[in-house]
Amino acid sequence: MRLHIVTGKGGTGKTTVAAALALALAAGGGRVLLVEVEGRQGVASLLGLPPLSAEERPVASAPGGGRVLALAADAEAALLEYLEMFYGIRRAGQALTRLGAVDFATSIAPGLRDVLLTGKATEAVGRREGGRRRGEGPFHYDAVVMDAPPTGRIGRFLNVTSEVAGLARVGPVRGHADKVTEALRSERTLVHFVSLLEEMPAQETRDGVAEIAALGLNPGAVVVNMARPPLLPEADLSSAAEGRLDREELAAGLEAAGLEDPAGLAASLAGEVDAHARRVLMERRIRSELEELGRPLLDLPLVADGVDLAALEGLARHLADQGVRR
Amino acid sequence: MSGPEAGGRLDTDALLDDPRTRIVVCCGAGGVGKTTTAAALGLRAAERGRRTVVITVDPARRLAQSMGLESLDNTPHPVPLSEGARGSLHAMMLDMKRTFDEVVEEYADPGRAEQILANPFYQALSTSFSGTQEYMAMEKLGQLHRSGDWDLIVVDTPPSRSALDFLDAPKRLGRFLDGKLIRFLSAQGNGAFRLLGAGFGLVASVIGKVVGAQLLNDVRAFVASFDAVFGGFRKRAEQTYRLLQESGTAFVVVATPERDALREASYFMERLSGDAMPLAGLVVNRTHPLPEGPAARLGAQEALAAAASLEAAGTHPAAAAALRLHAERVALRGREIALRDRLLAEHRGVPTVEVAALAEDVHDLADLRAVGDALADTPDHP
Ligand SMILES: Nc1ncnc2c1ncn2[C@@H]1O[C@H](COP(=O)(O)OP(=O)(O)OP(=O)(O)O)[C@@H](O)[C@H]1O
Ligand SMILES: Nc1ncnc2c1ncn2[C@@H]1O[C@H](COP(=O)(O)OP(=O)(O)O)[C@@H](O)[C@H]1O
Ligand SMILES: [Mg+2]
Ligand SMILES: [Mg+2]
Repeated sequence: MRLHIVTGKGGTGKTTVAAALALALAAGGGRVLLVEVEGRQGVASLLGLPPLSAEERPVASAPGGGRVLALAADAEAALLEYLEMFYGIRRAGQALTRLGAVDFATSIAPGLRDVLLTGKATEAVGRREGGRRRGEGPFHYDAVVMDAPPTGRIGRFLNVTSEVAGLARVGPVRGHADKVTEALRSERTLVHFVSLLEEMPAQETRDGVAEIAALGLNPGAVVVNMARPPLLPEADLSSAAEGRLDREELAAGLEAAGLEDPAGLAASLAGEVDAHARRVLMERRIRSELEELGRPLLDLPLVADGVDLAALEGLARHLADQGVRR
Repeated sequence: MSGPEAGGRLDTDALLDDPRTRIVVCCGAGGVGKTTTAAALGLRAAERGRRTVVITVDPARRLAQSMGLESLDNTPHPVPLSEGARGSLHAMMLDMKRTFDEVVEEYADPGRAEQILANPFYQALSTSFSGTQEYMAMEKLGQLHRSGDWDLIVVDTPPSRSALDFLDAPKRLGRFLDGKLIRFLSAQGNGAFRLLGAGFGLVASVIGKVVGAQLLNDVRAFVASFDAVFGGFRKRAEQTYRLLQESGTAFVVVATPERDALREASYFMERLSGDAMPLAGLVVNRTHPLPEGPAARLGAQEALAAAASLEAAGTHPAAAAALRLHAERVALRGREIALRDRLLAEHRGVPTVEVAALAEDVHDLADLRAVGDALADTPDHP
């Protein structure tokens, strides 16, 4: 079992890719947990389900009897679980909730929230059949996929030990943080980056990969999302990008296709063609910069009419075709 | 373009030129172009004659540089304008910690201010409590407004995921600082709560275990010194909130033609009307209008059929590509219009304007001017 952490610039498709990855990993009879950590209910809205809770529940099935379960990790629930586990206190936990103490503690100590949320994912990774935390039995999940915070916050989010260092130099929270860190740094955890072939997401991906590596974590794949195939023939790309596409030939083509006013139409379409060519060349440059990171690149196409479950299954197949499996 | 029927077009120039317009607040979901819109509106207002200041929050680096903002510095800097400009433009980048510090220094006597500023809990609060940035954006707006130096203040809002945070977060911080728990924890030392029963003692000891005893001590020290300044602090936030309801304020809601961003815009517009805050209009940013000329009348089906016929014949590949490209563009435009009109059907009467996506990011004054022209729906600059 592995933990797959999916980050990327805001809006690039982290939630979508995390869900597609979970489906791809579940294919052929796997059991995969999808964890959301930002309290935004992105997974539920993507799958058209009622809001997720801190309890895992089945959300999708994959070909070959695979199952995807999901939960929305919640700092309060995780803290109460944790207190009960380590101190066996229930009553104080309830009083804490009543007083808004968990909100309070996680507000004044954001690192605490982070360690509780990541801890939930690492706990699921290590869980054995029958709910035991240790032992020899088979693992409960084949993989855990986390829809993580964006690149701007991912380093801080995953750097849990140093985040809580200021809070507790010794003691149970520190011990918990150390264990979570160990799990995050092990080769069982990979941090994947979702990027678009655009300047800013690619820049954030490059910065993010460096940051993750510097923290001693393992960068995984770079997912190039919403990729569009070039429409223009190779031979015309560079001339169109420079605005030198042969307009007469374009008009001749439009005429051959039986369209009215081919010359006017050609003039009016030429701008679109030039812009497309410039974009394709820019995308190629950005792709080669991403390749230089030395991480595997995985491509996901732009889905035309919004992403629904069927589209997600399609994206999962794209991942599988590129070698993604348990 | 088929214009939105409901509320008609946002008359940006009339809004910016009206001397009664004193504050423009740009709101919306993250990444939709709030900062860009705020900067473009500020530039346009300045060039049309108003003494304008723009408060930006976390601008994209190149945009900041184009306005001469190299780092957070929290005071308005003049932005050099072109020859013909009739007003003036200043811009600043919000530094939330500095703004918070200044408020503390203003309200507390020097000794106490020093204690507060040195307190580790205060330092965490002023840099990372979610809501501080929103609170400080409001505070800065209030300061600039009271200074009387400006005809027009354009405010960008923090890049939170929800547009509503701008209105809600300041209250959250106030509630937090005023909350019973913080009072309770800070009273622990002197035994005031001991009478309340053993449950509380247990709670305190658990919190102590979880967050650490040192942090609790810092919280106590902070509350002891902050109490004296808190009243004034809160009153001022309430004043600024009321300022947002005045008729000299205009909210401009920004969205991209995408489901999530438009849904956010919709929530926000409902909230504005619930709170009696003046909505000037909606900006739909980064749209993809069809090209001018005969192509605007060429439908997607027709273009695809024509492309297919060329491909079948194996001739004119560039023309076939141009036709497929056009079909994609028509479909995209159709989706954008459907999404926009669905929103406008729920918010009848809201004036709207569209800004087409530029070929590249907006990163110099010329780009900002182009966005400003689009916002005012005037043809491009020569
Ligand atoms: N391959 C794709 N094809 C088409 N649309 C896509 C694709 N991937 C994502 N999208 C769309 O892009 C938008 C953003 O995707 P998503 O919510 O997954 O991004 P995110 O990175 O999780 O965003 P946030 O930073 O807000 O959490 C959604 O509307 C989604 O449907
Ligand atoms: N109309 C536009 N055309 C092209 N790029 C745009 C347009 N509006 C915004 N952008 C770009 O989108 C990015 C996000 O814009 P920004 O104004 O920083 O958003 P926000 O402040 O809402 O987070 C920036 O890189 C900006 O240059
Ligand atoms: Mg998401
Ligand atoms: Mg911004």
